Amino acid sequence: MRVGGALLVGALLILPFLVGDFYVNLASQVLIAAIFALSLNLLVGFGGMTSLGHASYLGVAAYASALLTTKYGFGHGTAAVVSILGTTTMAALFGLIALRASGLGFLMITLALSQVLWGLAYRMSGVTNGDNGISGLSRPAPFGISLESPASFYWFVLIVATIAFLMLAIFVSSAFGASLRGVRDQPRRMAALGFDPWLIRWITFVYAGFWGGISGLLYVYYHKYIHPTSLSTTSSAEALLSVIAGGSGTLGGPAVGAALVLLLKNYASIYIERWNMLLGLVFLFIVLLMPRGIVPALSSFAEKWRGDIR
Amino acid sequence: MTISRRRFVGGIAGAGIAHLTASRRALAESSEPIRVGLLAAKTGPLASGGIDMDLALTMFLKERDNILAGRKVELIVADTAGVPATARTKAQELVERSKVHCIVGPLAAFEALAIIDYLTEQEIPTLGVSAAEDMTQRHPSPWYIRLTSTSAQCAYPLAEYSAKELKYKRIVTIADDFAYGHEMCAGFQRAFEDNGGKIVQKIFTPLATPDYGSYVAQVKAADAIFLGTAGSNGFRFLRQFIEYGLKEKMAVIGGMTALDESVLRNMGDEALGILTTSWYSAELDNPANKTFAPAFRKQFKYDPGYYAASTYLSGEVLEGALKSIKADAGDRKALMAALRGSNVGTIRGIIKFDDLGNVIGNVYIRKVTKSDGRLVNAVIKTYPDVSQFWTYDRAEFLKNPVYSRDFPPAKNLEQ
Amino acid sequence: MQFWIIQILNSLSLGALLFLLSSGFSLIFGLMRIANLTHGALFMLGTYFGAALLRSYEGLNIWEAALCAGMAIAAIGGIFERLVLRRLRTNPLGQVLVTLGMSFIISDACLMLWGGDSIPVPTPQHLQAPTRLFGLVFPTYRLVLVGCAVAVAVVLYLVMERTRLGAMIRAGVDDPQMARAVGIRVSNLFTLVFCLGAGVAGAGGVLAGPVLSAYPGLDSDMLPLALIVVILGGIGSLLGAFVGSFVIGSIYTFGTALFPELAYVILFLPMIFVIAFRPQGLFGRVVT
Repeated sequence: MRVGGALLVGALLILPFLVGDFYVNLASQVLIAAIFALSLNLLVGFGGMTSLGHASYLGVAAYASALLTTKYGFGHGTAAVVSILGTTTMAALFGLIALRASGLGFLMITLALSQVLWGLAYRMSGVTNGDNGISGLSRPAPFGISLESPASFYWFVLIVATIAFLMLAIFVSSAFGASLRGVRDQPRRMAALGFDPWLIRWITFVYAGFWGGISGLLYVYYHKYIHPTSLSTTSSAEALLSVIAGGSGTLGGPAVGAALVLLLKNYASIYIERWNMLLGLVFLFIVLLMPRGIVPALSSFAEKWRGDIR
Repeated sequence: MTISRRRFVGGIAGAGIAHLTASRRALAESSEPIRVGLLAAKTGPLASGGIDMDLALTMFLKERDNILAGRKVELIVADTAGVPATARTKAQELVERSKVHCIVGPLAAFEALAIIDYLTEQEIPTLGVSAAEDMTQRHPSPWYIRLTSTSAQCAYPLAEYSAKELKYKRIVTIADDFAYGHEMCAGFQRAFEDNGGKIVQKIFTPLATPDYGSYVAQVKAADAIFLGTAGSNGFRFLRQFIEYGLKEKMAVIGGMTALDESVLRNMGDEALGILTTSWYSAELDNPANKTFAPAFRKQFKYDPGYYAASTYLSGEVLEGALKSIKADAGDRKALMAALRGSNVGTIRGIIKFDDLGNVIGNVYIRKVTKSDGRLVNAVIKTYPDVSQFWTYDRAEFLKNPVYSRDFPPAKNLEQ
Repeated sequence: MQFWIIQILNSLSLGALLFLLSSGFSLIFGLMRIANLTHGALFMLGTYFGAALLRSYEGLNIWEAALCAGMAIAAIGGIFERLVLRRLRTNPLGQVLVTLGMSFIISDACLMLWGGDSIPVPTPQHLQAPTRLFGLVFPTYRLVLVGCAVAVAVVLYLVMERTRLGAMIRAGVDDPQMARAVGIRVSNLFTLVFCLGAGVAGAGGVLAGPVLSAYPGLDSDMLPLALIVVILGGIGSLLGAFVGSFVIGSIYTFGTALFPELAYVILFLPMIFVIAFRPQGLFGRVVT
């Protein structure tokens, strides 16, 4: 497993030397979507809370960074810190509201909260430029290194993605992670054992919002443009679908799911006009043949294969 | 200083080889097809327009056997799905992967705004069809021309016509609550009030409105209602408007997309008599359109409207520009200069471009009538050579902020 | 005064439309605990289907078209439930994936079959003339819609509460093992419930067609509304869906007229409040 992971990172590192700019850019987008999906999976897979409003954090962080760097003239460093702080605070507030419900109610509150933000982004056009979006944005230059070229931005995102993955892995395998899974599976038992299920869920909610915000910053740096569609339900739904298709119970599953959805949307659409239908069919296929998701199915297949040759 | 013989021969040979490779490259370049990228939303809510854009441009090229100015042309169509992030990725795909020489489209303002910085950076000549005003006003790009109209460009003539010839005094405007709607109503308001009229109410409906009933009930009594809508929303509002009996009380006039041919083909006699303004009508009587419109109708069984005309037009302008630079599409600066300097007859009449890249051309006032058993936009008046600044002083115009929901301020609204 | 009366009538007709949309969803969610996210797409398919039928067959009227569309979409729903959803009884996330995936397939199929234009469903001839009362003009068909909603509500209520079939379904929901023990084929009944929910969605799509028209994106515009109604009204309660529809219709109509700046959030703010303070909705039972 470790060897596989190292090989993968190695392959990803040398990608810009192997393929052209278009594919490097596509890879950057896949990594950003993967971070977004991984953050959502904290809630869905490990926390057992299905959210349909995760785009709130991506969108708010993106808009905050865009506004701070253009309208208010802040530098990228300050803008990034303020955006993430703001997004995480918002996640804390949203968590207080959303965690009053569970199941479909929770889904609907998260949906409603993100739709409120979406509506505000359109309506407050004096601030957000409404439907025109905010363009003319720039990328940061950490330590003076420019991120304008596809390869340099890609490596930047790769570093952030690796850090995100490691931090989320640590979170999940820690004692807190174990208690989170306990709350997901047996909340009453956990309460009887002296844990506070609400607090555990809330902390997870905030942390998921934090990483959602990080992916939002990367998103706005990549596109150099932000528009209310990034806050839409479609944006949240795509992430949710990525998580489920890839395998919500696993750490790497959402990344695989995000890659699948993004590549179908942006790459398969070059060759197939009916790519939406193809996406739907792929989901059906995945659920029928791999009910727990792609990654769990592949790893059980790998186990069987390893068992067979032993 | 004497040149050694070896050097001399080597020099000549070198020059000869260089010349050969250069001309081989030129030969290769000239036999390499011109690649044109089309960014169209073929899925999603803007699909109706995007599909027409594709059909018309493909038809244009097919009519010419895919050869423009003596060189083969390859069209690569990319589906933006009406989402800015996808539009950007598709633009990158066209430029980096398909290596296009120029791009036609995209349609939506937010799609265009998402990619214009990139296209400017990459120096790709872009024949835009989106209506966003500022793209050729306060934030122009040297690599962009717009062939259709700004949001307000076609609204000014209708505003003047309503005030001067129809003698309307009070008008209500309604549009979708986004930049296109704001800009068009702002332009209409400005010209209408300059000609002595009053805009008594401005309604902006949110994008995802399920039912227009409550908005219809809010409409105040006036001489007419101006529809600054596009696509399905306007069509649905108009149906409600008619069903609530309001068409008997007020006239209906509309902007360039309100009663487009694509909307008209699904309406009935209730649409008769409605006046709209646009830079095109399928009924236009010029040589280019006399071939285009019937051919389009024959092949696809419906009249071409705004969207189909916009890309066919792009093809015509592109062909004119390529002819003037002898099809050397690799020289992008020359292509861009040729595009900007166009003075070409098209299906909408003769058009040229101002130095900000926006089109100067005819604007037509049209009336919905019946012809051959189907609804058409018959042209009743032509305003020649309309620019994006109408009759206003250009420097003054650009000093003002861009048109929005609140600018110019509406001073005559009634409570 | 005129303004208020018209807006009240608008609220009623919008409420009726919302009930025709969400009753099927409420049925499926209440009885089978499946959040059928394909619901918007099934509704839209009904609208397109109805428009196509009315265009192709001159003598057909809207009620017949609604019936045909309803049956066709009930069949599609039944096949989907049988082949796909049945395997996902214990996999709620899988249900989300599959119902959303199915909605992509249906909406792209509609785009492929009928193109991107908005296609109207024609209002029935004899209902086209508006009703004129005390100087007010109001479209007759919208008033008829209210009648349709009431009719559907009554039929669903009678089926669920007063027929043997309804009793079997309720037994299957309350205690599936016991129901099987007495010989009730619970799985088949669930397929039937899904068919019924999908069928009502399809027929509702046709009936709402003259107001909404069929256009790409109708499914994603309608699905959140169905979810809002069911959440507000209470999960598992048909009465809740009925009352919730009219409450939402009124909030929307009056809200957008009186507070246009809040138009985007006018439905979501109340929903947040309701879920936060009364998670079971207005009429729902608290589910353990």
